[in-house]
Amino acid sequence: MTTALVHTRLLTERSLRTLARQPAYLAFTLIQPLVWLLLFGQLFRNVVELPGFGGENYLTYLTPGIAVMTAMFSAGWAGTGFIVAMDRGVMDRDLTSPVGRGALMASSLASQSVTIAIQTVIVMAVGVVAGARFDGGALGWTVVIVAAVLLGCVFAALSNAVALLVRQQEALIGISQFLTLPLTFLSSVMLAPALMPEWVATVARLNPVDWAAVASREALSASPDWSMVGGRLGLLLVLAVLMAALATRAFRAYQRST
Amino acid sequence: MSSTTRSGPAISVAGLTKTYRARDREVRALDGVDFSVEPGTVLGLLGPNGAGKSTTVKILTTLSSADSGTATVAGYDVAREARDVRHAIGYVSQKPGFDPIGTGVENLVLAGRVYGMSARTARERAGELLERFGLADSGRRLARTWSGGMQRKLDVAMSLMHRPQVLFLDEPTTGLDPEARADMWAEIAHLAADDGLAVLLTTHYLEEADHLAQRLVIVDHGRVVVSGTPDALKRGLSGDAIAVELADCSEVERASGVLSGLARVRELTRDLDTLRARVDDGGAALLEVMAALDAADLRLSAATVSRPSLDDVYLRYAGRTFASAEAASVPGGRAREEVAA
Repeated sequence: MTTALVHTRLLTERSLRTLARQPAYLAFTLIQPLVWLLLFGQLFRNVVELPGFGGENYLTYLTPGIAVMTAMFSAGWAGTGFIVAMDRGVMDRDLTSPVGRGALMASSLASQSVTIAIQTVIVMAVGVVAGARFDGGALGWTVVIVAAVLLGCVFAALSNAVALLVRQQEALIGISQFLTLPLTFLSSVMLAPALMPEWVATVARLNPVDWAAVASREALSASPDWSMVGGRLGLLLVLAVLMAALATRAFRAYQRST
Repeated sequence: MSSTTRSGPAISVAGLTKTYRARDREVRALDGVDFSVEPGTVLGLLGPNGAGKSTTVKILTTLSSADSGTATVAGYDVAREARDVRHAIGYVSQKPGFDPIGTGVENLVLAGRVYGMSARTARERAGELLERFGLADSGRRLARTWSGGMQRKLDVAMSLMHRPQVLFLDEPTTGLDPEARADMWAEIAHLAADDGLAVLLTTHYLEEADHLAQRLVIVDHGRVVVSGTPDALKRGLSGDAIAVELADCSEVERASGVLSGLARVRELTRDLDTLRARVDDGGAALLEVMAALDAADLRLSAATVSRPSLDDVYLRYAGRTFASAEAASVPGGRAREEVAA
């Protein structure tokens, strides 16, 4: 076990070193969500006058949702790291060394988590500069970061699994086109649940994006319902662990086809 | 770090089979492969693309598993003791295994630390290997800025960090320019001789196998067709090789008939527009062959006579020349660089 932790740390350091030397990647994944945040923030400024938003500033409502959405979008490309490693000999070198499959998966998720935490803070800060007001303080921000990281791990694990199974960068586009976009619109990221059609509201309750968005908004509110926040974070944690375990099994498929 | 050494061969392979299943067809990659490698020696695993070289290496390095048969590396069973095997081996795959965004030192240190070396020991060992491979001046530069030959040496150095007992080199010089290749050969030769490593080298360069390997195993279609020392394999072919290339390839059949009627022509084979045979006293035999073909009104575009080479060994045991096996194995028949002497 300790060996696995040491391996995880060493490989996470390798990924973060790469990230630190290519910060443009991080900036690139932020462009789209920031456009959404500022554009939709302006476009739908008056949507808060409808019932269900509690009459608050729309950016205050929208920003935490965009933060967790950003985490999901960016994590959807996590598998790129595995694909590059497979195309080069890096994956084969790692797999013929004492490094375990679990450590390979865990280090990928750990470095994604660091990326996501940085992105979340940037998105939230841009929201504040643009006019969002959060009452939740440091604890509220921490919950947003935790929710974004957990949601990100769910999708990073999925992305890694697809990478191991399909071994093509193109397959990852499918995750963003067919999964992350619909999941965003089938959640309360943009629109208060009270305004959704009945079936969308039902789907949203089962949607991990919604769990993360709800927990984040709640934690940033003036008087959070902590049992609700805890419940949603708990669900995200369980799902993230489950996805990571399943994704680790995908190494077997990679090795069978080798 | 190196595990305890078990006595016996460094690699021992018996009856290995492996079939890949695609959607609509099965490919028998290995069809009963046997060989062994002694410590301190280089074994050349030779064959065209698709012959089963890489599959064999993948099974021995625990990347893949065999359908049947057994294999031990450093005394450990690759299927049941994969963890021990991984500690005992170094693996340089055909593709670069270093991180291009890391420096040489960073790559080497990480490669050592995953085997449990302390940061300090790993840094010392990294410095030692950079020195040895003539890379010390570049150690602090990102590996992506290095030349192809230097990057290949970095790959080899990374696989040596933990002082493995058995080293797998999968086509280590493919894509290198002749100078870098010669340089790499010198390093590989040292590994077995000075460091006592068992090295399994796969290559599709006959010249490389001839130069480096104490023993050769030639594989084709997933089977070992012949094995032995390069010299013994060449000695096994008595006489010289002659080859005549016909101007009109539709005449190959008729020319073959003419030559098979000549008493001194042995082991006649056909390959597209070329006829090959083994003869005693190649010079005189070639004149006789040319005269016979001329009498039958058959025109030649080329004729050669040569001492036995590994290509002849290959032709003899695999039933085709190495170059044509290579071309046939690549979709579209892309011919690879021919290095046969």
